[in-house]
Amino acid sequence: MEPILRVKDIHKSFDGTGVLKGVSLEIHEGEVVVIIGPSGCGKSTLLRCINGLERIDRGEILLRDRRISGLEKDMHLVRQKIGMVFQSYDLFPHMKVMDNLLLGPTKALKRSREETEAEAMQMLSRVGLADKAQALPRTLSGGQKQRVALVRAMLMHPELLLLDEITAALDPEMVSEVLNVVIDLAEEGMTMAIVTHEMRFAEAVADRVLFMEDGVIAEEGGPEEFFREPRTERARQFLQSFTYASARKKEKADSGNPGSGKIR
Amino acid sequence: MDWGFIGSHITDYTAGAWVTLRFGLYGVICSLVLGLLCCLARYFRVPVLKSIAHGYIELARNTPLLVQLFFLYAGLPRVGIRLSAEACAVIGLTFLGGAYMSEAFRSGLESVDKSQREAGECLGLTRAQNIRYVLLPQALATAVPALFANVIFLIKETSMFSVLAMMDLMNVADTLRTSGGHTVEVLFMLAAAYLVLLLPVSLAATLTERRLRYAGFGNQRTV
Amino acid sequence: MQDLGISVLFRGINFQRLLLGLWVTLRIALITIGISAVLGLLFGLAMMSRSRAARAVCRIWLEIIRFMPQLVLLYLVYFGFARLFGWNLDGETSAVLVFSFWGTAEMGDLFRGALTSIPRHQRESAAALGLTRAQINRYILLPQTVRRLVPQAINLSTRIIKTTALVKMINVTEVLKVGQQIIGQFYREPSAAFWVYATVFLLYFLICWPISLLAGRLEILWEGNHH
Repeated sequence: MEPILRVKDIHKSFDGTGVLKGVSLEIHEGEVVVIIGPSGCGKSTLLRCINGLERIDRGEILLRDRRISGLEKDMHLVRQKIGMVFQSYDLFPHMKVMDNLLLGPTKALKRSREETEAEAMQMLSRVGLADKAQALPRTLSGGQKQRVALVRAMLMHPELLLLDEITAALDPEMVSEVLNVVIDLAEEGMTMAIVTHEMRFAEAVADRVLFMEDGVIAEEGGPEEFFREPRTERARQFLQSFTYASARKKEKADSGNPGSGKIR
Repeated sequence: MDWGFIGSHITDYTAGAWVTLRFGLYGVICSLVLGLLCCLARYFRVPVLKSIAHGYIELARNTPLLVQLFFLYAGLPRVGIRLSAEACAVIGLTFLGGAYMSEAFRSGLESVDKSQREAGECLGLTRAQNIRYVLLPQALATAVPALFANVIFLIKETSMFSVLAMMDLMNVADTLRTSGGHTVEVLFMLAAAYLVLLLPVSLAATLTERRLRYAGFGNQRTV
Repeated sequence: MQDLGISVLFRGINFQRLLLGLWVTLRIALITIGISAVLGLLFGLAMMSRSRAARAVCRIWLEIIRFMPQLVLLYLVYFGFARLFGWNLDGETSAVLVFSFWGTAEMGDLFRGALTSIPRHQRESAAALGLTRAQINRYILLPQTVRRLVPQAINLSTRIIKTTALVKMINVTEVLKVGQQIIGQFYREPSAAFWVYATVFLLYFLICWPISLLAGRLEILWEGNHH
């Protein structure tokens, strides 16, 4: 099957510091790819390069066999097909929730207002926010804002959805309400590339996991084998850093061999 | 105070005020347009245009309007560029005001988070749509106090139109003054006239600012 | 250019005359800036004083300079004071008086703005470190106020310099007036007016621009300490 997105050996540096040092990947229709890695490894930059928020220095990016990297004028047409949601929600604070949702479909895609509004209402109620349609963003909680941002991106009917650490700014109790929406989307067959630090979520939602380190994809695999038994030492260390607390408990329980279970 | 004199010359002042207001307004409107264009050229780093805009702003902000007016009105005709007094007035005021308006717009735009621009781009909006629906409404809300301050500043600056032999407030007063006898009354009415002209502007500024602050965000207009 | 109007500038001591005229303008500006800087600080303190009367006076003062064109104020003092109080002030004195009246209020407002924009927690966290009131003022508030105030005060100075061009309107022989005298003498050179006015324009720019640049630099340099 033809992949929706093809990234071929892209390089990107900021002020002479290499952030992406030759990244290649393909994403197929209906596939959910989760990208994880330590901060500064280039995973957010990778997403930003895919929809042209950053220009790449070398390599190329193809959306359904059409080259989209290095486009100048028509980038907005490409972005109509690629949705993106950020860590900081970025709802437009001067517009009500419904106007936030309608802006892209009615202005960029020139769809009819009535039709889109009906669809928007339907999607809002699916994420449990039907009563917030006329609210201003500042009256919403972080989790609610992020759900609105997801609906806003989905209303564009994107071929590919990019999620850049969408729960990183949320209070812990709000994380699941957002991630459940994403899992629903995945089950409906939405094609997604997701950068996240939520390992449980990654394991649940991913068809494929990419582990990035220092500007390259260091490991790639299915979620079961990657999370159970990563092949590279670096990925193992990275995953272990998330289990610090439980590792300590284990160590205490494991009193027969004191000191040996020390992390690092 | 000779109230009879004041009463008999009030129509002179209303005529002068009308000239001041009309040309002040033309200048303000043109300044807003020019300022917005310059500001966008710089914000989006449009090649060549941004440098022209920058150079123009520096030039306009660092020279007095009076000198600009003399140059337009008395200097240019000598090299074959002849402009009417009214044209000089509007051009001069726009030249000065455009630079100040541009700076006001710029501080407004810079106060809008960069990620807002990206969020608009990610929705596939064109640059013009992004400016129109996402950036400008937010920038305007922040820029309003500075914009109003500029409007008041520009209307005050119209007092220099008298050197163009235009019968604005200042020139009306000056003519009456030199005709003798009633300096105090003439100047009293001049000051009062500017107060009457500018008080509504100042009031509008206060009200708008209060409304913006109350709403927490400027523009609640639906798309 | 068919005639050589530009040569008028360099005939005899014409250029020196222009510069002398410019010096008259600058002298007025410098005296004004000095007075405004000192009185402006007092004005700013008065604006924040506990006395309701002091605040009201400042408010009215500030509103007057916001509403009245400087030219109107100049006329009031130069022509009006003679009639009202019998004071025959010369043009330069009137100008310094009016511009200082204006500059003081503007400077005071800037000072107040700079001081009140420092977040409250700056003072609180300094107090939490056990600093005395004087130490807080000396080490925490003063440096931050200065960094905010200085660039804006420099910008105000360029505005004062530009405004002094107005003194031509009350018969002070400054650079514009000198320019017109030169144009009058060389009326046979039609394009002289163009070159003279262009020169005056440029002279003002050459004075004000570097000062504006300095203000901009300082602002950028110190910006990092604001947030």
